[in-house]
Amino acid sequence: MTTSNRPLSPHLQVYRPQITSMLSILHRITGVALAAGTLLLTYWLIAAASGPEAFADAQGLIGSFFGRLLLFGWTYALFYHLCNGIRHLIWDAGYGFEMETAVRSGWMVLGASVVLTLASWALGYAMMGGA
Amino acid sequence: MSLRSPLGRVRGLGSAKEGTSHWWAQRLTSLALIPLTIWFCAAVVALIGADHATVAGWIASPLVAGLLILLIAATFYHTVLGLQVVIEDYVHGEMSKMALLLIVKALAIVLALSGILSVLTLLFGRA
Repeated sequence: MTTSNRPLSPHLQVYRPQITSMLSILHRITGVALAAGTLLLTYWLIAAASGPEAFADAQGLIGSFFGRLLLFGWTYALFYHLCNGIRHLIWDAGYGFEMETAVRSGWMVLGASVVLTLASWALGYAMMGGA
Repeated sequence: MSLRSPLGRVRGLGSAKEGTSHWWAQRLTSLALIPLTIWFCAAVVALIGADHATVAGWIASPLVAGLLILLIAATFYHTVLGLQVVIEDYVHGEMSKMALLLIVKALAIVLALSGILSVLTLLFGRA
């Protein structure tokens, strides 16, 4: 018996894109992006522990245009992964498998992740007094 | 030709006696991360624009430091479990797969430890 030609998952190219499959791969993509984001979290904590100068450098980097762009992307990735993760946990509990429900919960996750991202950034800018 | 029985082959190729522990650990860490992440995001938004003394002072309380350490531990545990599945799905060379898995785990340990030690440094007032 040969094991080298077994079908491998996930074989994305052969499927017609649908909301369910697109959100599934987006969950994985945001997960990998968030894994990279742990570098920023660790850098921020190390900078805080290293003293005021190092922390000011970190804040400057994060507050720069490129830093904010990255942080915005990570904010969306975090809220998407969080919302869709809850959707996954509900599936794990055995609920929401009807096609209609799965499609509706998918759109709800997309909507919630956009709203949460925009709301937290609006709140953040309000905290800074619009700076 | 192998002299191993089909059952022996299957046992050698299977879940390596891990059973559902990977799946279960991923779910448990995701459950823990729901409140921890929401708390951390809210705290970070509230700290936007704060200077070093404010942030260091915020971290230097037992409750905040404890929650941060839990957040760091659950985050990196969950990250390693997730990246492991991604690597196993897409990286098919046995050596490159093993190497990547080891690098990811080593990096996660280094980052998690650095984060936790940073929190402890602030908690015990050395920064």
